[in-house]
Amino acid sequence: MARTIIPFGPQHPVLPEPLHVKLVVEDEIVQEAIPALGYVHRGLEKLAEIRDYHQMIQIVERVCGICSNIHSMCYCQGIEEIMGVEVPDRAKYLRTIWSELHRMHSHLLWLGLFADAFGFEALFMQFWRIRERIMDINEATTGSRVITSVNVVGGVRQDLTPEMCSWILSEVNTAEKEIKGLQNTILNDYTVCTRTKGVGVLTKEQAYDLGAAGPTLRGSGVASDMRLLKYAAFDKIDFEPVVENDGDCYARSTVRFRETLQSAELVRQALAGLPQGEIATKVKGNPEGEVITRVEQPRGECLYYIKGNGSKYLDRVRIRTPTFANIPPLLAMLPHCELADVPVIILSIDPCISCTER
Amino acid sequence: MIENQIEITLESLVGEVSKMKSAGQRFVTLSCTNIGEGKVDIIYHFDKDEVLTNLRLTADIDKPIPSVSGIYFAALLVENELQDQFALTFEGLVLDYGRKLYLDDEITIIPMCNNTKAMTPKK
Repeated sequence: MARTIIPFGPQHPVLPEPLHVKLVVEDEIVQEAIPALGYVHRGLEKLAEIRDYHQMIQIVERVCGICSNIHSMCYCQGIEEIMGVEVPDRAKYLRTIWSELHRMHSHLLWLGLFADAFGFEALFMQFWRIRERIMDINEATTGSRVITSVNVVGGVRQDLTPEMCSWILSEVNTAEKEIKGLQNTILNDYTVCTRTKGVGVLTKEQAYDLGAAGPTLRGSGVASDMRLLKYAAFDKIDFEPVVENDGDCYARSTVRFRETLQSAELVRQALAGLPQGEIATKVKGNPEGEVITRVEQPRGECLYYIKGNGSKYLDRVRIRTPTFANIPPLLAMLPHCELADVPVIILSIDPCISCTER
Repeated sequence: MIENQIEITLESLVGEVSKMKSAGQRFVTLSCTNIGEGKVDIIYHFDKDEVLTNLRLTADIDKPIPSVSGIYFAALLVENELQDQFALTFEGLVLDYGRKLYLDDEITIIPMCNNTKAMTPKK
């Protein structure tokens, strides 16, 4: 049988960012997939040599716009651990609220893009319309829709007034109601089910062995979530990872859909338990030592390795983003699928190339 | 400050990583730091039930390091990344981009080494 090599990307309608996958196909069936990265690599880790450790907060936020707040939180947690800084409880709750809002808008963005990948444009618009509520909360509470810049070493730089808390609660409740209104369409629609059920299957063993992260791992039945590490205020609120067992595109989209609703619940819990008090501790000195911190981003586990040398510049900031971890599992999902399913499978890991090429 | 850390050598690397695999540890990533005098610190991170185990290897930049991508396929991308960024050589990589995962042909410097010097890209 004739083998053909088809280039997928780096510019493709379903890919918001450049990723190239060389697909070896026989007839319409993919036999092999070889990825190529490096189209937009920015070398942000290198900047640690010339930007002081406070400025690095703004740099790591730019690793990815969609989860900027969670990147800066992870970085700040690492520096705080090295320097032995105790973060006030109120700041921990505020970080939790903003990080869960980020997860909500990231998943809503993805759910829209996913619907668009198989041509369901009305659904795409609906998810993005709901997402605007969350973006409005970001803008009203932090001054920015995407790069919020609220985390600082020692706490946060913005506080929420009681009026803001009530408004956030009402907006999150409304968003949750609207998301539930789309549940039947995204999870039970004939087209959605046909295009996603049994497609791009990643078994539990494969997901674990290949180092998958986030909804890609949990969609294959592994209950791994870094929020179980109880960072920020996750030790004070009820949390159980969302897990689906089928390991296909449908399972991964179901995990993200359910996590969107879960995030709304976590925001509600954090708002209800928000303690009074300071929002930041003053930090003096420079970090010396090394630390590894991990948080759960919308796409999965994010790891920071930070090494300080006692000066204001860090020796090393190493960032392992979830999409980087999910590329090897993607290479296991693609073989034996139909060529037409490739865009859906690639989107099912929620690829973020700006994360991957930080 | 790094918990669950085990010091390993170039000779014991493959054996220790195989033990991790047998113990059901999930591969997370590698972290590499240039520590000067032609040496790097490489930390192999593994996770099981949200507990991280770290293998720390101090290696010479100019000596080949055995690849663990044959044990953990997921290591292939990060090992290729380290080849690009630190000019390391991983022997036995299951898919070797030859220092061109991120770098273009015309780049002849080692991005993550402070003492930046010219190098010849691997063919």
